[in-house]
Amino acid sequence: MSAIVAASAQEARSSQGFRFAMLLPGALVTFLLILFALGLVIFLAFRGNDGSLLGAGFTMANFVTVVSDPLYWTVTLRSLVIAALVTLATVVTAYPVAYYLAFHAGRRRGLLLFLVTLPFWTSYLLRVFAWKIVLAYNGVLNSALIESGIWSEPTLAFLNTPAAVVVTLAHAYAPFAILPIYVALDTIPKSLIEAASDLGARPFTSFRRVVLPNSMPGVLAAALVVFVPTVGDYVTPALVGGPASTMIGTLIQAEFGKANDWPFGAALSVAVMLVILCVVLVARFADRRFGSRT
Amino acid sequence: MSEGRRTERGSGWLGVYVIAYLVFLYLPVLLIPLFSFNNSIQAAFPLQGFTLQWYATLFGNSALTNALLNSLVIGAVAATGATLCGITVSYMDLYGSSPLAATISAIARLPILIPGVIVGISLLILINLIGLGPSRIAIVLGHILVALPTTVVIMRSRFAAIPKTIREAALDLGASDWTTFRRVMLPLSLPAIVSAFMLAFLISFDEFIVVFFLAGTEPTLPLYIWSQLRFPKSLPTVMALGTSILAVSFAIAAAAEILRHRGLSAPAPADPSQPKQTKRGELQWHSI
Repeated sequence: MSAIVAASAQEARSSQGFRFAMLLPGALVTFLLILFALGLVIFLAFRGNDGSLLGAGFTMANFVTVVSDPLYWTVTLRSLVIAALVTLATVVTAYPVAYYLAFHAGRRRGLLLFLVTLPFWTSYLLRVFAWKIVLAYNGVLNSALIESGIWSEPTLAFLNTPAAVVVTLAHAYAPFAILPIYVALDTIPKSLIEAASDLGARPFTSFRRVVLPNSMPGVLAAALVVFVPTVGDYVTPALVGGPASTMIGTLIQAEFGKANDWPFGAALSVAVMLVILCVVLVARFADRRFGSRT
Repeated sequence: MSEGRRTERGSGWLGVYVIAYLVFLYLPVLLIPLFSFNNSIQAAFPLQGFTLQWYATLFGNSALTNALLNSLVIGAVAATGATLCGITVSYMDLYGSSPLAATISAIARLPILIPGVIVGISLLILINLIGLGPSRIAIVLGHILVALPTTVVIMRSRFAAIPKTIREAALDLGASDWTTFRRVMLPLSLPAIVSAFMLAFLISFDEFIVVFFLAGTEPTLPLYIWSQLRFPKSLPTVMALGTSILAVSFAIAAAAEILRHRGLSAPAPADPSQPKQTKRGELQWHSI
């Protein structure tokens, strides 16, 4: 009897040890590298800049500057507009592809899914760089237009514009949008669509009233995974955007680099996270409205 | 009859659209290899003839070699860390039945909702605070974080696709938690583990946004490319290097995709608590 008790006690101990060992790596990474590091950013945002790592004294001055200086309103607004345009463009262009994959691809589905996800795993820097050589003054687009006789002079109008940033980001993040929409479409029960057509709905009506509402969770997830990285991007504005397309990520990067005002950069970061939080809450609300199946 | 023909025609147009979309997706990227073989310092038409001289400039460049070695070492270590975390976090999330494990799993997928620049600066503050400073270890930590959502999503969907009865049978037959994990669950998910490792390696190898803040004196390959972009003269070298990187990335990603679907014959059980998954195991990256 006591041997059994001892054995089960030992088993419980080893089970405890197993749980501890299995929880440890994830706990370290999530609590230290994610939560504590983000906490540091918020802490630093309320500090004054005295050149030391964690600043000195508690102050609201950083946030007052963020809110009162029109520069930050302009740049934040521009980042939001660019990210919104990129999100709209990627989601609208990705939807038909996801639709085709879910309902019409047949035997080609595996290959097509592979082809649309492959760019996801290639270097983001190289994808942006590709657009730089396309849009440059001595670049691919200009030379192709002159070669084909459409234009006689190369133009500077492509590179260093906000439009270049939108096109480049939309291309760089295009693969992000397809998968969530595809998964949402693919998991719609086929019986729903059949029922709609049995009840006399024409294909377009069945799409508008059955397929589209049921795929909205995927559309919203796609919009989020595109919107979040684009709103904080600083690489694309630097490479193809020029001075007229400075984004909020550019300013944050500068505060932690050349400008060397970490507390102010932290305050800008907190502002960006608040904006993203608002967008997530709106998306979540919209998800409820559309009757999420998750 | 006419209805059927109309949908058919509609699907035909949709097929044309998908092809156009794929061309848009690949064309700009494929210009890099095209012009890397072009005998001109500018990336412009008309093409000036075939050359391999830009690839020759890649050899014997010690800054480039060092950056490559850095990227390889950092990628391997970060991918090991991210895969280990992905395995443990998703396993405990599914089978640990503890709120702590579920919380950890939720936070582990949070970096998707944080722009890279903020991940970068938050880690920059942290590594300075703990006295590490910008270094290769700092980059490894950053890349574990960036790759974590991917490894967690891959491993979680794989563990969820293993029938529950297999694990229960092992436990009923007296195997301890540890033995069940090591002898039953890990071998069954081996293809997904390898796939997660390869994709995590690729993420680290190609990552630029976060590494920009964490690198000290030893740049990685993307940082080396960034430093060369300022010089118009080194444009062809960057394109030759970029072509090599693209080729390696395509090969690793293709192998990882094939592995991820291997042995996944049975569809995931319809359990609402499991991640949503399609027949071929495509992943729901993020649900809000």
